[in-house]
Amino acid sequence: MTDTEHDHADGLPPDGTWERVQASPEFVELRRRLRVFVFPMTAFFLGWYLLYVLLADYAHGFMAIKLVGNINVGLVFGLLQFVSTFVITGLYVRYANRRLDPIADKIRGEIEEAGR
Amino acid sequence: MSATTLLAAQSQELGINPVLNFTIFGAFVLVTLIIVFRASRNTKTASDYYAAGRAFSGPQNGVAIAGDYLSAASFLGICGAIALNGYDGFLYSIGFLVAWLVALLLVAELLRNTGKYTMGDVLAFRMRQRPVRAAAAISTLAVSFFYLLAQMAGAGGLVNLLLGIQSSAGQAAVIAAVGAVMIIYVLIGGMKGTTWVQIIKAVLLIAGAFAMTVWVLGLYGFNLSALLGDAVAMQGGKGEALLSPGAQYGVNEISKLNFLSLGIALVLGTAGLPHVLMRFYTVPTAKEARRSVVWAIALIGVFYLFTLVLGYGAGALVGPEAINAAPGGANSAAPLLAQALGGPVLLGFIAAVAFATILAVVAGLTITASASFAHDVYVNVIKKGKIEDKNSEVRVARITALVIGAVSIVGGILAKDQNVAFLVALAFAVAASANLPTILYSLFWKRFNTQGALWSIYGGLIVTITLIVFSPAVSGSEKAMIKGVDFHWFPLENPGLVSIPLSFFLGWLGTVLSKERDDAKQAEMEVRSLTGAGAEKATSH
Repeated sequence: MTDTEHDHADGLPPDGTWERVQASPEFVELRRRLRVFVFPMTAFFLGWYLLYVLLADYAHGFMAIKLVGNINVGLVFGLLQFVSTFVITGLYVRYANRRLDPIADKIRGEIEEAGR
Repeated sequence: MSATTLLAAQSQELGINPVLNFTIFGAFVLVTLIIVFRASRNTKTASDYYAAGRAFSGPQNGVAIAGDYLSAASFLGICGAIALNGYDGFLYSIGFLVAWLVALLLVAELLRNTGKYTMGDVLAFRMRQRPVRAAAAISTLAVSFFYLLAQMAGAGGLVNLLLGIQSSAGQAAVIAAVGAVMIIYVLIGGMKGTTWVQIIKAVLLIAGAFAMTVWVLGLYGFNLSALLGDAVAMQGGKGEALLSPGAQYGVNEISKLNFLSLGIALVLGTAGLPHVLMRFYTVPTAKEARRSVVWAIALIGVFYLFTLVLGYGAGALVGPEAINAAPGGANSAAPLLAQALGGPVLLGFIAAVAFATILAVVAGLTITASASFAHDVYVNVIKKGKIEDKNSEVRVARITALVIGAVSIVGGILAKDQNVAFLVALAFAVAASANLPTILYSLFWKRFNTQGALWSIYGGLIVTITLIVFSPAVSGSEKAMIKGVDFHWFPLENPGLVSIPLSFFLGWLGTVLSKERDDAKQAEMEVRSLTGAGAEKATSH
């Protein structure tokens, strides 16, 4: 591999290709699919986290309500943050594998083909 | 021999056996050094040195990320915080974990596709190279330095606790030795060696925490509620208050606001930590970068669940009185629990793992800072991207690593008695303020330009550091860094609540006030970031 910056030389496409690809319906669809998942999901998990932080910060009484034995609302809420993190990770991986990777691979293949 | 007996006598009260602890830690250093030497055989090019030839698999990198991220502060600090303050300690873990979703959804893959070695590669991609790279390097060096200093200073306290060395000279010698080993890892092993050290450490740390968790839960018949009940019942503790939030941060309105500010900095800081970002370059593709984050989230999440049990376990089985009385205070909770469970051998193992943790984290920080200096400053700012000799970049990186290592040893020795806990919070606040807005704008906002990038990086950096300097963490409170004077006017110890929104705003303002835009470069960056076309490939050895 080469170590130069901005390596147009290593099999990359001629000028204008990037803009052409960027305007292509396939790429527009790829960008839409990425954003339509990650932006709302980010808003959701940040909001959910913020709700938790605010409750822990300002609603001590509510968080101290005991549910089973010494297990209280706060502990369950905290553990739910772990659960939601794991679930969102799983959902994203599944989404990316099914909806993003195939289209990204196809576009990349075309660009690299054009560079040869 | 007599020195050893003296050490043993000093630590006898706690039943700490320094010889055993030294032996176990020495074995770790020996094994990792052998691996680092073996890994160094193939380290020749810049890609090898900075990015381990991009040849690690996603799972390997995920384990290494966990090793890089789970610092001694998260292990000893969180266990101790939970043991003494209960629930409030748990809040840290949640911020540290949820933060990884930002990295997974918004940063990791796009960054892997567009950059080569450093954060500066991505930030400067479609901007004027020299000013943006210089800014990115300054921010990287600042974050790494704060983080490094906190780790090295923590090493001093750990030496006192685990090896029973109380004299200043003795502690300084151990800090210097820790720093020297770290420098050897980085100089010889480069990123590949560092990665293997992090992998080994992560496996030992998580396995050790897992064994102790099962042990503690086993003592209570796997009934978490019974464990919590015992922690509450211990004398000298905070009783029922341990189980709900507020014991530490609920004191007054300022402390509540402080906690909110910390929570925001934690969740937004991780994806802006340069040493975390750099790990994404060690895998061959964006898909592997995704897999590494998934592994990291799983391991880090499980580890923080362990620390919940270990913290309350230490509260229940060791008790707050014994923890407060031990050298190191809260930080001694996990080691004391290890001793209560498995005697000196388990204690020695956990002590060695704690040292290994500092070594691995510090090595990761050093290689990141040296890469940023050599690649962004030396090659692209000073040499304007034209270097005659391909080896000179790696040579500069190695010299920089040596300098950073030396600075961190001196800094660690000077800072060892200081209250430096706020330095980690500061590193996260700078990462969340100066780095994250700039990264997100670069990746997602078409209009973003050089002036916007400079305003968000320098603005975030200056605002964050200014607010910290004039905060109660530095002057005017009981546990302030500088005692006896009071020049604070900013009420919060954590600046994130103000500095993060302000940096986002500055990035936007700087952008719209400048006419510069490069649509061709933006098209290239966007297409490359989403598709991986033209991304750096793995080198085959």
